[in-house]
Amino acid sequence: MTQFLGTVAVLVWKDLKLEFRSRDILVSVLVFGLLVALLFSFALKPSPGEGARLAPAILWVALAFSGTITVTRTFVREQEQGGLEGLLLTPASRDAIFLGKALTSFLFMLAVEAVLLPAFSALLAAPLLSAGIAVTAVLATLGFATLGTLFSAIAVQTRSREIMLPVLFFPIILPLLIGAVESSAHALSGGGFSRWLPLMGVFDALFLVLCPWAFGAIMEE
Amino acid sequence: MSSDAVTARISPAKPLGQTTRWLGLLALVLTLADLYLIFLVAPADAVLGQVQRIFYIHVPMAVLSFLAFFLVFVGSLVFLMRRTPRWDRLAHAATEIGVVLVTLALLTGIIWARPVWGVWWTWEPRLTTTLILWLIYVACLMVRAYAPSRSRGAVYAAVVGIIGFADVPIVYYSVQWWRSIHPAPVVGPLAEAGALEPIMLAIFLFSLAAFLVVFLYLLLQRIAVRRLEDQAAGVRLASGGQASPGAP
Repeated sequence: MTQFLGTVAVLVWKDLKLEFRSRDILVSVLVFGLLVALLFSFALKPSPGEGARLAPAILWVALAFSGTITVTRTFVREQEQGGLEGLLLTPASRDAIFLGKALTSFLFMLAVEAVLLPAFSALLAAPLLSAGIAVTAVLATLGFATLGTLFSAIAVQTRSREIMLPVLFFPIILPLLIGAVESSAHALSGGGFSRWLPLMGVFDALFLVLCPWAFGAIMEE
Repeated sequence: MSSDAVTARISPAKPLGQTTRWLGLLALVLTLADLYLIFLVAPADAVLGQVQRIFYIHVPMAVLSFLAFFLVFVGSLVFLMRRTPRWDRLAHAATEIGVVLVTLALLTGIIWARPVWGVWWTWEPRLTTTLILWLIYVACLMVRAYAPSRSRGAVYAAVVGIIGFADVPIVYYSVQWWRSIHPAPVVGPLAEAGALEPIMLAIFLFSLAAFLVVFLYLLLQRIAVRRLEDQAAGVRLASGGQASPGAP
């Protein structure tokens, strides 16, 4: 067990170091997330009072899109120079590789959210910095990173991989997205923790069990 | 080199079995009888009028699509554990038929909704769930078609088949937390007693049986065609030709 966690930690550390030196994922995802918020503001033209009503939708659509980019980039980076084959040849178990990748994406997305949440609070004039929204964000990001890592492992192998990930990912992640939007709206209206949080927790637990197993099946070939 | 070359036996193509043929004939007879019952025997609904007749077609297709996706789940699970192509054929055939059934159930629902609800579509839980179901299994077919090889495509489709099926209850509950305007079930354990006239219930059950026979016929036919496709791919590989990347 200790060895397993050690392997996961090494894999995560490798990706963090790579990101610290190149900074290509975090910066591009951050700019992209802000762009989505900007596009929404132009498209919806929210009047001063409406920001708080539209904020959950804008926030989670922006985070869903930037999430798909994050998980794709973490995998494409392995794919480009045969890094994935190298990883699979090491004695690290498939589960450790999967959890390492999922944890990396989880941390990247949390880092992006740590910047986007205050930025959106200011842009949309909505109090997005609260405990209810923080818990929502952690639960949603956990599910995003888990399922996203599995599907990007599939999508990078297919033709037209840019379209394959959203096509696979969004229908299945939808309950989590609904939960995140509703739960954020609940927190924004001063309700604190919503009843959607347990549902999101169930979703995360289910896929934290299923996805590593499915990843092992995909990587057997 | 994919494993298809090993698994596909190179033998003369087996003609579609005699049983399948009889099943096809039975499906034809039952479908014609079903149409007669629905349009000429069944009484018009007291409230909804003629448009209610679509119920005899819409509900069996929706019910059987669930059966199809359950078969996808079973086929995918056993395929991932045993890696025998027969289970992949079942999953593949059931996915295709399930997508056709859901598509038709959605379309007949839309046709029904326009005169009854006054709108073509509404974001009501059951409709939303069905649309998401449709998207999941279309993605399942896409990932199979876009995979680098047939054997990889089979594994990817199996993973989506399992994950998608596990997701369905969560999708249902999450959209259930909105208000529902879909008509409450009139048959089955949730139905109120006497919600359906006896003659209507009888015709509905007949229709369900007819659709079940059509379903089984299509399933067996599709599995047989998939077996021939696998053999063709095996022959192509054995003769040194290029394997086609992913079956459509």
